[in-house]
Amino acid sequence: MTQTIPAVDYLVLGDEPHLVAQACAQCGALYFDRRNACAKCFATEFGTRPLATEGVLRAYTIVERGAKNGPFTSAVVELEGGGIVKANLLGVTDPEVIQPEMKVRLATFEASVDDDGTVAVAFGFEPIGA
Amino acid sequence: MSDNVWIIGASMTKFGRFADQDLLDLASTASLDALADSGQGMADMGMLTMGNVYEANSHNGQRLQKQIGQTGIPVYNVVNACATGATAVRVAMMGIKAGECDMALAVGVEKMGKMGMLGGAARKAGDKKIFTPKGRYGAVVKTEGLLGTGLMPGVFAQAGTEYALAHGVTTEQFAKVAVKNHLHSTLNPLAQYRKEFSLDEVLGAEVIGYPNTLPMCCPTGDGAAAVVLVSDAKLKTLDPDVRRRAIKISASVMTSDPWADGGQVQPDVNTLTRLAADQAYEAAGIGPEDLDLVELHDCFATAELIHYDNLRLCEPGGAGDFIDSGAPLRDGRIPVNVSGGLLSKGHPIGATGIANLYEVATHLRGEAGDRQIEGAKVGLTHVIGLASACAVHVLEAPAA
Repeated sequence: MTQTIPAVDYLVLGDEPHLVAQACAQCGALYFDRRNACAKCFATEFGTRPLATEGVLRAYTIVERGAKNGPFTSAVVELEGGGIVKANLLGVTDPEVIQPEMKVRLATFEASVDDDGTVAVAFGFEPIGA
Repeated sequence: MSDNVWIIGASMTKFGRFADQDLLDLASTASLDALADSGQGMADMGMLTMGNVYEANSHNGQRLQKQIGQTGIPVYNVVNACATGATAVRVAMMGIKAGECDMALAVGVEKMGKMGMLGGAARKAGDKKIFTPKGRYGAVVKTEGLLGTGLMPGVFAQAGTEYALAHGVTTEQFAKVAVKNHLHSTLNPLAQYRKEFSLDEVLGAEVIGYPNTLPMCCPTGDGAAAVVLVSDAKLKTLDPDVRRRAIKISASVMTSDPWADGGQVQPDVNTLTRLAADQAYEAAGIGPEDLDLVELHDCFATAELIHYDNLRLCEPGGAGDFIDSGAPLRDGRIPVNVSGGLLSKGHPIGATGIANLYEVATHLRGEAGDRQIEGAKVGLTHVIGLASACAVHVLEAPAA
């Protein structure tokens, strides 16, 4: 069976891939990276919190210059129940498709393979109902 | 009133790409011109502040002294992303306000040449590729392009589309910003580019990061700018010709990002700009309706449009209508970036936050030549550098 590894450690693979955030124990602020203290309330205790896999697209750009494998769409997504994340909007490079309050769902894909055959799995978002 | 700080000398070099001038040539030219403009010399300066980003480890303030005068004064080398030049000015001002000196020279300089798109992580050549989580995100692969984009064109494009999705701005409205600034630059002999573009040309150009096409993105380049600052008390002792041309700094504000949900993945360029603008209006005792001209940080056309709203130049949510109305054109209600802005004047990072003071001061002195905004009395400058640092200055012409 192919070994897999998440492209970043805030992506949890398995049957229901989802993102997980470091949540400030005092104010609930969410972070994808390790923090020494909370940037919002300065507390130093954190727990982990799984995040929803669906959300709303809040910002985007379609990158052409510097896009090695052809144009791609970068998007900022506000997840239901909290958490704002940046990733690619998969399968969309036409700005006409993108509308205010557009709903999207998390999807995973194989990003790269290392010399041991381990597959790095990344995430993006797909339009819901498109 | 007694603790005001004044600009008595201001200069900038032409912005562009100058293979025959090194960083110190550019900084020397701007410094010597600003000193000459002020009627003072290095012997009168009590402090030197130097803003530079890409060679910040080279102690450029001290290297500059060796070209223009070593007098033993304190030198502060500062770096603060695209707000670096403004930070040099802030430090010099704080030195004067604290009573450490009564006159100071603030210089900003950058040699960028053709650097390409900024904001990318350095790429490493790999040996055997074995995925190993690295850094605070535990990344096993390079995430740029894989998990969205964090390059500058993408960041400011996304800041623009966020506003567009919320308020209904069109691609044409964003493009009109670039048409305006390129048009303005045709009157500025110090601008890196002085070429007019039609709306169709802007919209039809190569897309860098939608909605920004090539003429909607600022170039990299070389250049320097400098100001000579003086305390209220010292100004009173100077020659009447110096006092007559002195420009009052009515507000000088610097902010950083307050915590914002989502700020970790997409820099929030709005909140700190709003904070700085509001504090500056309060300090200067004026409102946006009192401004005769504004030089704001149009690193990308999308950025200028959202800063109309952040700087309170338009109704909330009304930045698209604002550009459509022609208000920010040089003959409009609040002329914005009559220098050509970063889009066409250029953006040598360390120089930008002083070059905008030079521009506004020159108009307030009535010395801007072909591009003069007639009768200008009050102007505002704005820069923002990501990480983030924002500076807003309000300048006022002396009472006639």
